[in-house]
Amino acid sequence: MRNGTLTSSFAGTSLTCVRGERVVFTGLDFSLNAGDALILLGPNGSGKSSLLRLMAGLIRPAAGELSWNGEAVAADRERHAGRIHYVGHHDAIKPVLTVIENLAFWARLHGAESDDKTDAALERLGLDHLAGTPGKLLSAGQKRRLNLARLLAAPAPLWLLDEPSVALDRASVRVLEEIIAEHRAGGGMVAVSTHADIDLPGGRELQMADYAVTATWNAELGTWL
Amino acid sequence: MALGATFAGVIRRELRLALRQGSDSIMVVTFFVLTVVLFPFGIGPEVNILERVSAGILWVTALLASMLSLDRLFQTDYDDGSLELLTLTPTAMEIVVVAKIAAHWLTTGLPLIVAAPLLAVLLHMDGAGFVTLLLAMLLGTPSLSLIGSIGAALVLGARRGGVLLSLLILPLYIPVLIFGVGAVDAAIHGFSPDAHLMVLGALLLVALPLCPWAASAAVRQAIE
Amino acid sequence: MHRFANPARFLRLAAVVMPWTAGATVLLIAAGLFFGLVASPADYQQGDTVRIMYVHVPSAWMGLFVYTTMAVASATALIWKHPLADLVAKSAAPIGAGFTLVCLVTGALWGKPMWGTWWAWDARLTSMLILFFLYLGHMALVDAFDDPTRGARAAAILALAGFVNVPIIKFSVDWWNTLHQPASVVKMGGPAIDPSMLAPLLLMGVGFTTFFVTVLFLRVRAEILAAKIRAIRLTQVRGQGVG
Repeated sequence: MRNGTLTSSFAGTSLTCVRGERVVFTGLDFSLNAGDALILLGPNGSGKSSLLRLMAGLIRPAAGELSWNGEAVAADRERHAGRIHYVGHHDAIKPVLTVIENLAFWARLHGAESDDKTDAALERLGLDHLAGTPGKLLSAGQKRRLNLARLLAAPAPLWLLDEPSVALDRASVRVLEEIIAEHRAGGGMVAVSTHADIDLPGGRELQMADYAVTATWNAELGTWL
Repeated sequence: MALGATFAGVIRRELRLALRQGSDSIMVVTFFVLTVVLFPFGIGPEVNILERVSAGILWVTALLASMLSLDRLFQTDYDDGSLELLTLTPTAMEIVVVAKIAAHWLTTGLPLIVAAPLLAVLLHMDGAGFVTLLLAMLLGTPSLSLIGSIGAALVLGARRGGVLLSLLILPLYIPVLIFGVGAVDAAIHGFSPDAHLMVLGALLLVALPLCPWAASAAVRQAIE
Repeated sequence: MHRFANPARFLRLAAVVMPWTAGATVLLIAAGLFFGLVASPADYQQGDTVRIMYVHVPSAWMGLFVYTTMAVASATALIWKHPLADLVAKSAAPIGAGFTLVCLVTGALWGKPMWGTWWAWDARLTSMLILFFLYLGHMALVDAFDDPTRGARAAAILALAGFVNVPIIKFSVDWWNTLHQPASVVKMGGPAIDPSMLAPLLLMGVGFTTFFVTVLFLRVRAEILAAKIRAIRLTQVRGQGVG
């Protein structure tokens, strides 16, 4: 790895996100340094998910720039993909593949050489006894934990977690908090959207409402902005 | 290195999925067989008529069977969130798409080729056309999977995707159909099918780099 | 940057250009029809039916020209994210489909006296038929999404894929046609054209082009206004939702 995890930084400047024909947020700045946690707060539709997808590179910003250690992210999206783990609303679990097959596929795709990390990841999230179980038999909470096990199965400095605690019980949320804390202690970064049920000590809060767009009629452009 | 690993990993996963879900390949072949069997009922069992149209029936039906199997190329991955993770791989998205197309061909195109000679017997195809039929399908069906991948990616998230897919893809299949049938007919009538086969090969060579690229662009815009 | 960054400028341009192109359309087509129907000789073989050519051939040109326009607009939309390019591609498709349909219908009308049948699998007609399907696919894809920007982007990729395929399809159909049709079939527009026939043909061609430009401007303007209405609706919805 060219950039040691300890020195990395991830920042966005004056980001604008347009979904469909709607401007979701504009003029949004953030920065994450090694060990930082960013907590995205706001009601439904305020753009938390959009911001995380934008950070992941799934959406391109309509304006503004994302940078990693000062380098533009857009220049090399594959390289950026190698630096992140993205956990979205869907758990991406194939019903006919076993737990270990599901996890090992994503770990390999992210460059994991061996399977010992996948085993450790399953154990950590309390899924080791289910390793040979097909995905279709898992409960919603187990699926979510399997999805989160990707975080540990292959290393990546930046975690982007969209409502990761959905479907998790209290004990599992504690495990998730521990995992995030260890990741940050090791120099990792995390951005989380949550309804504030995950405890992230020292995490910075980002209120999406501050960047919402209030529509005004722009006579010069002849449109609502 | 990573390219090869990603390619192999995705193919292995796709084949495993196809194998465990099982019915997909069988359904495609069943559709192929059943539709071909309908033709003698529609146009009569006279040997010389069936012989005359056998190559056309086999190709048109293979075209439809290949198209019907396209919806599973990206759709299930799109629905369960796998597709967005696949676009977030550290290797080029095109590699993932090529691997998925290759797996799609292995699980649908190849079974069609295996079934085709049996159906050719049912349609009284002249024996001289058999080898050419196999060669033409070997060169042509990968192009069908490649071209179809663009359509399969474009209809992700669309209303009435299935019908729409046929409208998008079937016109683009016409060149493969023309030269596929042409090759077999030439062989049956005692001419050399080489020119047709070479054009089929050329179509495949053009589709091989362009289609995964376009399909990747289509997938990216679909998950955006 | 924003999707409707400069509609105002476009609307001003449209207001200037449209009266001129509309006027030119009327004059050119009137002149073309006069020379085509009155002032040009009938064909020594086909008689007066040859006059169908003055609509049929320019329609075929326009079918291809509009698809090219769509492909260029789509490439512009994909590469430079120009907000108007999507609208141009979307607006052009039904016009192109219309020209292609006119070409097919006049082809059938011409085919009846020439070949004794409404439809012959002539290479050119067949290619036009496939082009018509390409147009239909594009139009269906644009409308298949709840989010209009999704439809526009998907259709842009399709238009480019189709554009690459048009010459391949043309080549394939020509090949297929020479295999299955005896060479004695008279090809449309095949024999050398007399200058007295060429003049109305060109007049009609240019007239069809200015007609296309006029209607394209009209349709893009309507699309911009529709987008504005959607934007206003959206701000109303959002006003209640997030506040």
